[in-house]
Amino acid sequence: MSAPDKTIPALSTQSVDKSFGSLVVAKGISLTLPQGERYALIGPNGAGKTTLINLMTGMLNPDNGRIFLGGDDITTLKPDARVKRGLVRTFQINTLFPHLTALESVTLAICERRGDAGVWWKGLPSYHRDAEEAYGILSSLKLSPVAYKPTHELAYGQQRLLEIALALATKPKVLLLDEPAAGVPHEESSELFSVIAELSKDIAILFIEHDMNVVFRFASRIIVMVGGAILVDGTPDEIAADPRVREVYLGKGHRAHG
Amino acid sequence: MIGPVIGVLFDGFAYGMLLFLLSVGLSVTLGMMNFVNLAHCAFAMLGAYVTVFLMNDLKWPFLATLPFAFLAAAFVSVLLERTLYRRLYRASDLDQVLLTIGLAFVSVAVAAYIFGTVLQPVQMPPYLRGSFNVMGVNFAVYRLFLVAVALAITLILVLTLEYTRFGAQVRAAVDNQRMARGLGINVDGAFAVTFALGSGLAGLGGALAIEIVGLDPSFAFIYLVYVLIVVSVGGLGSIGGSFLAASLIGISDVAGKYYVPELGAFLIYLVMILLLMWRPAGLFGRR
Amino acid sequence: MSLTTDPVSGPYQYLKAQSRWRVLEVAFWLCTLLPYFLFPNYLVLASQIAITALFALSLDLILGYAGIVSLGHAAFFGLGAYAAGILSKHGWGEPITGLIVGGVIAALVGYASSFIISRFRHLTLIMITLGLGLLLHEAANSAHFLTGGADGLQGVKIWKIFGLYGFDLWGYTAYTYSLIVLFLGFLLARRITNSPFGLALRGIRENAVRMPAIGAPSHAHIRKIYTISAAMAGVAGALLAQTTETVALEVLSFQRSADTLVMLVLGGAGMLYGGIVGSAIFMIARDQFSGINPQYWYFWIGLLLIVVVMVLPNGVLGGLKKLFTTWRGPS
Repeated sequence: MSAPDKTIPALSTQSVDKSFGSLVVAKGISLTLPQGERYALIGPNGAGKTTLINLMTGMLNPDNGRIFLGGDDITTLKPDARVKRGLVRTFQINTLFPHLTALESVTLAICERRGDAGVWWKGLPSYHRDAEEAYGILSSLKLSPVAYKPTHELAYGQQRLLEIALALATKPKVLLLDEPAAGVPHEESSELFSVIAELSKDIAILFIEHDMNVVFRFASRIIVMVGGAILVDGTPDEIAADPRVREVYLGKGHRAHG
Repeated sequence: MIGPVIGVLFDGFAYGMLLFLLSVGLSVTLGMMNFVNLAHCAFAMLGAYVTVFLMNDLKWPFLATLPFAFLAAAFVSVLLERTLYRRLYRASDLDQVLLTIGLAFVSVAVAAYIFGTVLQPVQMPPYLRGSFNVMGVNFAVYRLFLVAVALAITLILVLTLEYTRFGAQVRAAVDNQRMARGLGINVDGAFAVTFALGSGLAGLGGALAIEIVGLDPSFAFIYLVYVLIVVSVGGLGSIGGSFLAASLIGISDVAGKYYVPELGAFLIYLVMILLLMWRPAGLFGRR
Repeated sequence: MSLTTDPVSGPYQYLKAQSRWRVLEVAFWLCTLLPYFLFPNYLVLASQIAITALFALSLDLILGYAGIVSLGHAAFFGLGAYAAGILSKHGWGEPITGLIVGGVIAALVGYASSFIISRFRHLTLIMITLGLGLLLHEAANSAHFLTGGADGLQGVKIWKIFGLYGFDLWGYTAYTYSLIVLFLGFLLARRITNSPFGLALRGIRENAVRMPAIGAPSHAHIRKIYTISAAMAGVAGALLAQTTETVALEVLSFQRSADTLVMLVLGGAGMLYGGIVGSAIFMIARDQFSGINPQYWYFWIGLLLIVVVMVLPNGVLGGLKKLFTTWRGPS
């Protein structure tokens, strides 16, 4: 890969459609995530936000439309191939490896990235550099004290961080965070988002989040989805002022700046 | 020479109806709970032994034993469901497989202990014996009886599922268990009842099977394979799928053994694997 | 395996500690030499145990480490047995190459079927493994000219190992031979489970859905371990054919698949030693009880399975480990 051309978006979709039978979950979704930006994806429950992430990461296949990563068409690639190219997601509900330790989990992701995970004739100690890198990632997320603990013994907030650690281990160019603070107490969630905000500017981030305080503080641009389609996207100020958004979303929940 | 062909088709269809009775309960319960129950045919075997016991030791007439074959299997299955099965609904496939294989092993040994390993002799009443000849084709009375019973039960099942409140609950649970729970349907309760009915039908099927395939303690495993084939080919939770798959497998098994006996059951297994590779969720499966 | 009690200074030391040989392991392998001194009359049984243990170990690789439930693993055991048996019947009785041929044939079929296996899970997977097993069983039954069908394969003659050690009636050679092959297989399995690939397999077992999201080609991993496991099962089958100088149709039976699954789970899956301990317990018990009550053997096996699932989820070894941890006090 040559030096990245800043004008090419990190991730973009072109009129992506998806329906299950008669239920339309995505219609004509076109969005662009420039390099190094932090975008928020918001919308009421059932708006199709997670579905959109599933479509972009290849866990679902779109009926129509195309998906581009750094200018390359990745519409037909399998999920693991997309991860290898730098498109990585986290999950709203912790989907971790309960009986692997935190260190083992992250080491696994690094081995997969480096192509070491197919090696069965050499012991893991020969790959201690992978484990040390994993330890470094865990340290940067303040997880080193629990590195040798099985995942299922970790506190909930630590498991949320481990989700992010797993994603970082794959060296993402684009990170899709599906409610990274879901289930985390309010006071801890902004702490978690500061960690996210401090991530390298080489990583473009699209995150789903319901807490409007967080959204307005961390997103440079906000995309609002309703009923499987993009209603509007704009800067936080534009979104805050948009009457349509107030009507379908902010008006209902009284969450904004509350 | 169309005669033998019709004869094989008829025998195959009758055999298929037997497989249908044996497997329909498993199909519905698997569709609801995704519980891999390898002890299903042990319930069928239980029903069969109840019939043998009532006929040979208590001298009951054959038809009178059938309701008790049904009830005994249903009762024992509820007992086991309440005590063992329900604790493994969320467990891994492996645990479910192990528990139910264990139950099947125990049932085989218990049957061998009580009845011995010999083939059980039963004497069908005169009106179910013999056959009659239509245009050169032999129709065994017992097989006609079997087909009639199976069709009647299919009709009852379909009507129950389509037109009763209980049937609606079962269909909702098979379709989407989580949503059904969300709608306030007592999925566990509906499952327990379905499980009992399904096992009862297996028990009835077992009783009806004695005349066709014989009965010894290996029944619980030999027919398990056929039942699993019917269920996975038909698609989980689909009565129509089970019916069609059972007919297909019954006919191809009988035809295979008639025309290419040297292949044995090879053909059936091959057909099953190819079908599953083509449609992993079965012919009528939705997942 | 848990390291909560040991102070660990860094990731490298941690990995080292994970794969280090423990005293108990060394003691275990020394114990496998005891039959020579304590039970010289039971060496034939001991060699059968070693062979079954190797087969159980191969099942552990796919079931205990990658979470693939197979009800038809005897297919590969039987392929290896028939390959080695038929080879010898047609004039080539050299044992080591026979083992290799058995392993390679099983591996080839394993690799071909792994493309099917890796696509499915749950009931469909169970049915496909079961179906492939039954299919081969029927095929061997029908191919009388090649396999001897239900009468078994007769006329297997195995040459001396390295031209030196002939198979004797007391099973000295058979046990030594089987034990060495088992140990080599164990070393291989141990290396695999302690490798990056082994870590990936545990990832698949723990959360198969998550694997693609960290960039893991799960299907390729599953194909690889399935092939390795098939090869190991094939070697075990070839061992049985060579040490008994006959091949019965039973090597391909569902019963053998189920029995081995029982042994593995009884001992404890996912722990390498579980299959070995489980087959020793199972086969010694069967040998002891078969004289008394052959019919009801499966009653106790069935009961044992129910108990294991209900109260001893990690088998005998898992239970012992738990007992040991409690005894040492919570860390």
